[in-house]
Amino acid sequence: MQRIINFILHYRDAFLYVLLLVFCLVLTIRSHSYHQSKFFNSSKSITGGVLSIKTGINDYFGLSEENERLAEENTRLRFLLFNSGKTDIATKEEPLFEVIHARVVKNMYASPRNYITINKGGTDSVEQDMGVITPFGILGIVENTSKNYATVQSILNTKSNINAKIKNTNYFGSLKWDAKDYKVVQLVDIPRSATITVGDTISTGAMSSIFPEDIPIGVIKKYDLNQNQSSYDIEIDLFNDMANIKNVYVIRSKDRKEILELQKKTENEE
Amino acid sequence: MRNNIVFLNGIRFLFLVLAQVLIFNELNFMGFINPMIYVLFFYWYPIRTNRPLFLLLGFLIGLIIDIFSDTLALNALAGLTLAFARPVIMRFCFGANYEFQGFTFKNTTRIQRITFLLFLVLLQHVIFFTFEILSFSHIVLILKKILFTGIITLFLSVLLSSLFAREYD
Repeated sequence: MQRIINFILHYRDAFLYVLLLVFCLVLTIRSHSYHQSKFFNSSKSITGGVLSIKTGINDYFGLSEENERLAEENTRLRFLLFNSGKTDIATKEEPLFEVIHARVVKNMYASPRNYITINKGGTDSVEQDMGVITPFGILGIVENTSKNYATVQSILNTKSNINAKIKNTNYFGSLKWDAKDYKVVQLVDIPRSATITVGDTISTGAMSSIFPEDIPIGVIKKYDLNQNQSSYDIEIDLFNDMANIKNVYVIRSKDRKEILELQKKTENEE
Repeated sequence: MRNNIVFLNGIRFLFLVLAQVLIFNELNFMGFINPMIYVLFFYWYPIRTNRPLFLLLGFLIGLIIDIFSDTLALNALAGLTLAFARPVIMRFCFGANYEFQGFTFKNTTRIQRITFLLFLVLLQHVIFFTFEILSFSHIVLILKKILFTGIITLFLSVLLSSLFAREYD
């Protein structure tokens, strides 16, 4: 016994190293396939607070540009509103989707698993698995929330997998990212029978209960048949400039709960 | 003197974490280069040291940066390994006499110090980017990231280390 203890004491540095190393490796390898850690992420109040102070300062340098973008979006929305026959913004019908405005406090796009931190959290009823979009297109899905902050799994994340389609057709595929270029994402599993041209618009599909249908994603840059020649691998140029994102909207789907319950029920019955 | 060293390294720890998180993680130079200048913590840390404490600090500085940047345990892994491997790298760069009492950074040449920094940066980047992707089919991407980010990190670290040159060991 004495010898074992002596042995451990003699190599205590190595033991400490191996112990911590195993801890790190478990966390690292988990992060490749599972969800982001619930305890260690940038949505916590300390990290979120520090990052939002930084953004508070940084944002002054892009104010006029950001104003311009928002005004442009307003123009587009006004145009849609006036041409839809309704001029009153407040509708009486029960809305299908609610929109919550948020600001980005941390954006990253250089890593293979990117997470964006936003300044709205549980108190603003932001919850896990809500969709997040920008004025130009889709951004990602909420992964973790704290009281005042939330982390969003960006579409630039190798774990991301979002239902998407070629606009005005019914060909669906899944949107993925190969970690190579932050301006380009990949759409896979579009069947060979689809007619595709470079420049076609890609938007979110109806199969997702997270995003409304027809939110723009990007345009086709190039396409190719995949290895077994059965479906297309498509490269998509994103509409969003992922390097420059400030104002985002979190989308709360009213139907999502019902859809999920229904799906669960059907699965249980099978 | 002793309190002074603890205080100085505490300040360095804090300063490097904040600089890394608030400035260098936001650079995105050429779209992907975010230099990891917290490697300077391992360069500046006293030579004669309580080894377990150094391991823990290396692990902690990485973990805190990880939590801020949602790259869980990649920086911690790199930091921990840097702390563990530092004596070996030092022996390689400064020769066996670095273990003697009288050894300080003052009696080393500039080339030796830069080589020391180079090996620290290289080890840190190889670990970080390999485990970041961990896929053999992305080997070119990994090498590209190691090379370009490494060069910029080394350049900035040399600049910063001469800007905040140490007065004593």
